[in-house]
Amino acid sequence: MNSPHDLIRYDLQLIASWIEPGSRVLDLGCGEGDLLQHLIARKGVTGTGIEHNEQKVARGIEKGLSVLQGDISQEVLDYPDNAFDYVILSQTLQQVYEPAALIRSMLRIGHKGIVSFPNFSHWGIRLQVTFSGYAPVSRRLPYQWYETPNIRVITLKDFRKFVHEVGLRVLDEVAINTHSQDRYGRIIAFLPNLRATYGIYLIGKE
Amino acid sequence: MSEYIEHDRERVSVGIVEKKHFTFAAPPNAMELESGARLGPVTIAYETYGSLAPDRRNAVLVLHALSGDSHVAGYYTPADEKPGWWDCMVGPGKGIDTATYFVVCANVIGSCMGSTGPSSPNPATGRAYGLDFPVVTIGDMVAAQKALIDHLGIEKLLCVVGGSIGGMQVLEWSVRYPQTVFSAIPLATTMRHSALAIAFNEVARQSIMADPHWDHGNYYGGEKPRLGLAVARMIAHITYLSDESMRLKFGRRLQDKSDFSFNFDADFQVESYLRYQGTKFVERFDANSFLYITKAADYFDLGKQHGDGSAVKACSKAQAKFLVISFTSDWLYPTYQARNIVNALKKSGRDVSFCEIEAEWGHDAFLIPGERLKTLIHGFLERVHDEFAA
Repeated sequence: MNSPHDLIRYDLQLIASWIEPGSRVLDLGCGEGDLLQHLIARKGVTGTGIEHNEQKVARGIEKGLSVLQGDISQEVLDYPDNAFDYVILSQTLQQVYEPAALIRSMLRIGHKGIVSFPNFSHWGIRLQVTFSGYAPVSRRLPYQWYETPNIRVITLKDFRKFVHEVGLRVLDEVAINTHSQDRYGRIIAFLPNLRATYGIYLIGKE
Repeated sequence: MSEYIEHDRERVSVGIVEKKHFTFAAPPNAMELESGARLGPVTIAYETYGSLAPDRRNAVLVLHALSGDSHVAGYYTPADEKPGWWDCMVGPGKGIDTATYFVVCANVIGSCMGSTGPSSPNPATGRAYGLDFPVVTIGDMVAAQKALIDHLGIEKLLCVVGGSIGGMQVLEWSVRYPQTVFSAIPLATTMRHSALAIAFNEVARQSIMADPHWDHGNYYGGEKPRLGLAVARMIAHITYLSDESMRLKFGRRLQDKSDFSFNFDADFQVESYLRYQGTKFVERFDANSFLYITKAADYFDLGKQHGDGSAVKACSKAQAKFLVISFTSDWLYPTYQARNIVNALKKSGRDVSFCEIEAEWGHDAFLIPGERLKTLIHGFLERVHDEFAA
């Protein structure tokens, strides 16, 4: 196996910090498997990833990871209850067609869920809508409304409310300011819904 | 499977190889088959490449498809026109690297490429078995391979890998001998044939049996059912291709003519190609073996045989780590059938990776040199080799 990057993306570093060593992890939308590779090397986890893109799946398998090609909303249905300690959905929630069904499945097949997503109520986005009148386009979310894969517009407050409504519980949360591919960032404690670019949540059952 | 064998462009090869034979199950210790019939003695033709590590943890068993044989890679003599059937995958520095792994491939029983089959002499009569050869299953083929693996002193295989009917043997190995299989790569395969796959096999078998020279399988020493076997091969060959690959390869182009002949000669290139494939096949393959091996494939049903009808229960017996691979244009064993394997493995808690490779070549894609398949197998083997050694 290749040696893991010393530093993975900042949001992934925070996710990794929540994972107990030796646990079983499922990463939904794992890309080329950077997080899994990091978790296997640093935390000794048993990891599986699910990814839609053939090229990325192949890269993950070539690295020596266990990766399944498929649609995350479908693939989560086949696992037995509590097959994993953590099920991770990193920066993908905003692209999911049925988020409630997915998040319930995550907590069926895993003891805990970790969800991260871009915060659409960041002040930069608010200002753009207010003053330009156009749907916001930024460096972090660089898509026009007609080509964006991000079909769900979520804010940190929305997500907390959503978790409660689907009958689950937020166990821990961290709001951060970083760019999507950056290895560095900072935690936002003051007015996170306004100032954070991403939110990361640890979710459990009631 | 078809023949795409070509010399390696860089002439990288495992080199000169030798076909060996192993005989076991001599009466009264004849092998008991799934049908209840007994078969013995049983000879298996096999080849090995690379060397078995001192800890014996680097053995990779390659399993061949319908018309394949033990000759996976390399050449028998320097004058050979072509190397083995998966030379693009097996050799030094290739997907299955013979510098690292000890590669074994055995011809299946029921075949005609050196292992005991319907064309072998029946010890009871001294003549070829013909239809007196018992019907063998994928399970029987695998049981015979297990005897060989024991004979070679391999306690546990690092990996079993194969496509199509070879992939069925991979699945069978993993549930029949879970202690003996550390990892498994079923390619372009299924846990059981669809009605569509059985239908094509039946048409091919009927073609052989309708040939007057077939004579209920008693043609050895006389005229062979050449025409029947050639047509069977033509039918099978179509199922290995795809609409797109046939369009690209042949389209409606005519063969050596500029207009229709207005008779029933081969006008189209595709006709000429299939006729050539059929005729060539007759030279090297036995019609009865075609009947026996296609029947074994049709009977194969992993869930029925090993899980009381449940694929999940059958897969629960396996202990191996899996890499399942399908190809987008394979309509003989479409991706949904590979996904059924993946789902059963997931439900039974197995470690499984899956990739659907974009390929236009149909079922035969697994035999065609391609970077994606090579690097997938290479990466997976490297990982399981590390884990097995640990």
